[in-house]
Amino acid sequence: MAEWKQKARIMDSDGIRRVITRIAHEIIERNKGTGDLVLIGIRRRGVPLARRLADRIKEIEGSLVPVGVLDITLYRDDLTTMGHQPIVRQTEVTFSINGKRVVLVDDVLFTGRTIRAALDAIIDLGRPRYIQLAALVDRGHRELPIRADYVGKNVPTSRREEVAVRLTETDEIDEVVIMEKT
Amino acid sequence: MYKHKDLLGIREMSAEEIGFLLDTAGPMKEIIKRQIKKVPTLRGKTVVTLFYENSTRTRGSFELAAKYLSADSINMSGSSSSVAKGESLYDTGRTLQSLGADVIVLRHPMPGAPRLLARSVKAAVINAGDGAHEHPSQALLDMFTVREKKGGLAGLRVVIVGDIMHSRVARSNIWGFTKMGAEVRVCGPSTMIPVGLEETGVQVFHQMDQALDGADVIIMLRIQKERQQQGLFPGLREYSRLYGLNRRRLELAAGDALVLHPGPMNRGVEIAADIADGSQAVIEEQVTNGVAVRMALLYLLTGGGAQ
Repeated sequence: MAEWKQKARIMDSDGIRRVITRIAHEIIERNKGTGDLVLIGIRRRGVPLARRLADRIKEIEGSLVPVGVLDITLYRDDLTTMGHQPIVRQTEVTFSINGKRVVLVDDVLFTGRTIRAALDAIIDLGRPRYIQLAALVDRGHRELPIRADYVGKNVPTSRREEVAVRLTETDEIDEVVIMEKT
Repeated sequence: MYKHKDLLGIREMSAEEIGFLLDTAGPMKEIIKRQIKKVPTLRGKTVVTLFYENSTRTRGSFELAAKYLSADSINMSGSSSSVAKGESLYDTGRTLQSLGADVIVLRHPMPGAPRLLARSVKAAVINAGDGAHEHPSQALLDMFTVREKKGGLAGLRVVIVGDIMHSRVARSNIWGFTKMGAEVRVCGPSTMIPVGLEETGVQVFHQMDQALDGADVIIMLRIQKERQQQGLFPGLREYSRLYGLNRRRLELAAGDALVLHPGPMNRGVEIAADIADGSQAVIEEQVTNGVAVRMALLYLLTGGGAQ
């Protein structure tokens, strides 16, 4: 059995907080305010990140931005090759996304397949005006022509490594670490 | 996790498996409520509904579930296919397998027929009702409906009223609700209650007023009119008077009791029209939930690990 060992800690809670603040500013700047703006977090760790972004945006602009939750399990392209069906969880997008500026939020951007699935999932919910992508970490190794509009940190990695984003809401600590297979 | 090839009955399921299935049906229900009711999950999979008995809602429910998940579905019925020419269930199953069926949904008048089919084919087999034996997807949708409304199943008092003897819905619900920790009561004339039913852990009542006392959930079964010819009850009027659910009786149950009926209903016989249309009835929601539960079943049974 392969063991995972921590190789480096690339962000602590202050680092994550600063990145969230910067991305919040970038989102507001790029979209010229918060009109028609909605955030959709991809389960699991995109969800707390989207909530934190919404909180920062509220502090900066004073306006509430709706936050939705997207589960992409039913849109995966590897269902038939997996040993068993992964657990499906609830998608909670209680507002209309028609004509909206949707910012998709995820923790790590890697092959791009999760985002491909998320784009399909969003388009089944309506027809947004724009879809933009925010990721806390971009680790490279894309397999599809997908890029992020807002990136917390670009982290060059090898395929043998794993980027673990841990958030207090799900993991009781705020940090980003690189794990390596030994 | 649900790691079996088939779904043959609730009796074989563990409480964990039932809970997991109901958990999976929740997100499926969200899809049904969308404007675009379709996800690409089961693209390229084929679901066959093979029905040797009449059914509109169960069959339609399975076919819609398959379509919402982007599977292809075809239906075959006993009266209009080679079955009418005398083909055995085994051969029909092998033929469907050769046609590429990934899931076969079977309804058959003989108890145990789905098990026989499941042994003969690699495809997943779902029992959609076998004689008076089991109707697991109906029990799962009943449990889903109750759990959604009540927040849980453990500790609830569930009363099933009607022809328990001939009801596969009752049998599957007895297994399901008792496994999930509910208190199950059955009520009906003694000609319609199997001997020794108490051994499954249910309480048997013949007086409906007593059975309904403090009930949280009331499941009314359809009275099959053809049973009257068999002498199991003297007349519909008398049956209705003794075992029909009306306003006065409903007030004996808990104030927030739910009324379920698997359909089709005989209004004015086992259930009064004002109860069927009343605020405590969840009969229409059962139909919607049925699609969600069957989507969850199709999804879980088409996992790559089952091959």
